[in-house]
Amino acid sequence: MLAIVCVALVALPFLREPATRDDRLVGPDELEQRRLALSEERDRALAALKELEFDHRTGKVSDEDYRSLVGPLRRRAAEALRALDLRASPTVEDPVPTHG
Amino acid sequence: MADLGRAALVTAFLLFVYALVAGSFAAWKSRRRLAESAQNALLGPFLATVVAAAVLLAALARHDFSFQYVADHTSRELPLGYTLTAFWGGQEGSLLLWLLVLSGYSVAAVLTARRAGREVLAWVVPTLGLVGTFFALLLVFVASPFATQAAVADGAGLNPSLQNPYMAIHPPMLYLGYVGLTVPFAFAMGALLARRTDERWIVATRRWTLAAWAFLGIGQLLGAHWAYVEIGWGGFYAWDPVENAALMPWLAATAFLHSVMIQEKRGMLKVWNVLLIVLAFGLSLFGTFLTRSGIIQSIHSFTQSSIGPWFLGFICLITAGSLALVFARLPLLRTKTRLESLVSREATFLYNNLLLVALALTILWGVVYPILSQAVTGQAATVSKPYYNFFLHTFGIPLLLLMGIGPLVAWRRASLRALGRTFLWPLGAALVAGIALLAAGAGSSRIGVIAYTFSVFVLASIVLEFARGTAARKALGGVGWGAAFSSLIARNRRRYGGYVVHASVVLLAIGITGASAYQTVREARLKPGQSMTVAGDRLVFRGFQTRTESNHRAIRGLVDVYRGDKYLGRYMPGKNQYFAEDQVSNEVAIRHDLLTGGDLFLIADQVNSNGSIDLKALQKPLVNLLWLAGLVFVGGSLIALWPDAREERRLAARYADAAVRI
Repeated sequence: MLAIVCVALVALPFLREPATRDDRLVGPDELEQRRLALSEERDRALAALKELEFDHRTGKVSDEDYRSLVGPLRRRAAEALRALDLRASPTVEDPVPTHG
Repeated sequence: MADLGRAALVTAFLLFVYALVAGSFAAWKSRRRLAESAQNALLGPFLATVVAAAVLLAALARHDFSFQYVADHTSRELPLGYTLTAFWGGQEGSLLLWLLVLSGYSVAAVLTARRAGREVLAWVVPTLGLVGTFFALLLVFVASPFATQAAVADGAGLNPSLQNPYMAIHPPMLYLGYVGLTVPFAFAMGALLARRTDERWIVATRRWTLAAWAFLGIGQLLGAHWAYVEIGWGGFYAWDPVENAALMPWLAATAFLHSVMIQEKRGMLKVWNVLLIVLAFGLSLFGTFLTRSGIIQSIHSFTQSSIGPWFLGFICLITAGSLALVFARLPLLRTKTRLESLVSREATFLYNNLLLVALALTILWGVVYPILSQAVTGQAATVSKPYYNFFLHTFGIPLLLLMGIGPLVAWRRASLRALGRTFLWPLGAALVAGIALLAAGAGSSRIGVIAYTFSVFVLASIVLEFARGTAARKALGGVGWGAAFSSLIARNRRRYGGYVVHASVVLLAIGITGASAYQTVREARLKPGQSMTVAGDRLVFRGFQTRTESNHRAIRGLVDVYRGDKYLGRYMPGKNQYFAEDQVSNEVAIRHDLLTGGDLFLIADQVNSNGSIDLKALQKPLVNLLWLAGLVFVGGSLIALWPDAREERRLAARYADAAVRI
């Protein structure tokens, strides 16, 4: 009984689609990978901004440090949002610098 | 019945092989249906291993001594609970437990971690298949729990020291940890094989890694508690290789859990993180090898062991293969991001990582050095407590301090002025504590004073984080303190769950320091009516009492404890003599002082034929903080593990925006 169940499980994808035109295992193409990288960069920038605001509010970051850090972080976040909106293609230079 | 068990294991083995071979081919050639078939194949070993486990449990419950394993590890008089938990009392049963947990984890991880992406999952499946194939191969061909014999009248019984509730649950907890580290390892390898360097594999396996790490921690504390109440030497951790086997992967996983946050926030340390998870998984395999191969007894028992050489070969294969893959993918893993400041939270996490890995590796060296020296010279060198304590102090004390510094330092960089402000209260509290401790006479142990002072600093910084965070949320939301506190934790579960875990580590440090650096030990031979004193408590020996149980004879010394004129109670340390096993165990007596958190620990070192007792008494200040730390650790882990709907929505939006196929 166990063996029958296991064979059925293994064979299931072939039984469901005995003949299929597209049997390719497809991962994200280059465009999707770029968008994913931009999404991660956007989320990272927004999270860093949120964390900076919170750290400033709790006194961990001085006013001076806040002023020096918030500008570049806002610019990074804005650039990441803009790049995602543009839905950068593989032929366009990545506008978001990949350094932190 | 044994045939059913064997057939189930063969089925599991064949399906794991299919998952490995078909899965590798499918991933290499990008064949979707074959990849799905290999993924489905992972469900089969789980079902098959459940059947095998059920067969063994049934044989144990029925006292079927035609099963060699049942005869070797149980007896008719063994209580049912321990009869069933003998499942993992021996080599073959514990390997079956490994396989059961691995197959369960494999199915669950692959079904729930779809965010990692199809192309990554396609490589995860054969990686899990590889590990499963190895363990199934051992069980089918090398160390089967279903070997049979002519049924004997009664079994050899279970080692008396294993007949304890903590030892009953300790192995499953440890294995949930050891085996759980397979999941992040498989996903890391899957990501490298699929040439994906984004964070999907980390996000997909974050909770799995945290759960495995938590189980490993809980398992170790249960083991320490068992050692404390059962082994009867008055301690809870002896730096035994088998104990170290669980500590090493836990330290590596702790480093990984911290540094992975840097990768998520800054996109840095990708190579380091992959190496850490390879180290953690490798050490978990090594830990299983240490406890099961016989190599601890001697190199000779290793060479005679049935599974030792197999394990060593597999560990070498996994280590070499993983490192080769990391090396091959180095160009993809490198990032341009750099550390902006040596005074930043990233930097403190990095220092913490270096210390954790250094501690793990020095412990590893202490474990393997006697084995290597015996292999090379024929004589086993001894590495004992002073070696381990030296490195625990050298790396552990700075680690304790970093637990307090890290939360107070901002990401990217922190100015000295900001540091001065945030450090003020914790430093002040630590200073006051240090002075008070010295005034109270704690200066007898320099390490003790330093550890306690640093502990106060860490606890103060944790309290400050909660207080400031709650105040900030209250100001933002215009809500009350209670709502602000709940909202603070709900919105930052990983951070504040982590702080609670830090608090548990501090409690552990205080408990360990008190129980070791400040304990008092007295020994005496007492006749009935005679007394001894330890740390202000007077112990009066009244004689012996014996009773006979179903599987053992118990001899107890009757000791009345007084503090001044106040009678504190009667405590009965003694021995148990087990009939079937023909072994004697130490049965300690412990008086818990709930007010001080300390214990009076009594050991009957010897029961003498003239009616006297060789009594050893230890006064162990603050030792119960260790067990309290365990509860706090569980609480903190649960907070960090708790599902976060906001986080789920954010991740869903991320993948939707990227239009990535899941």
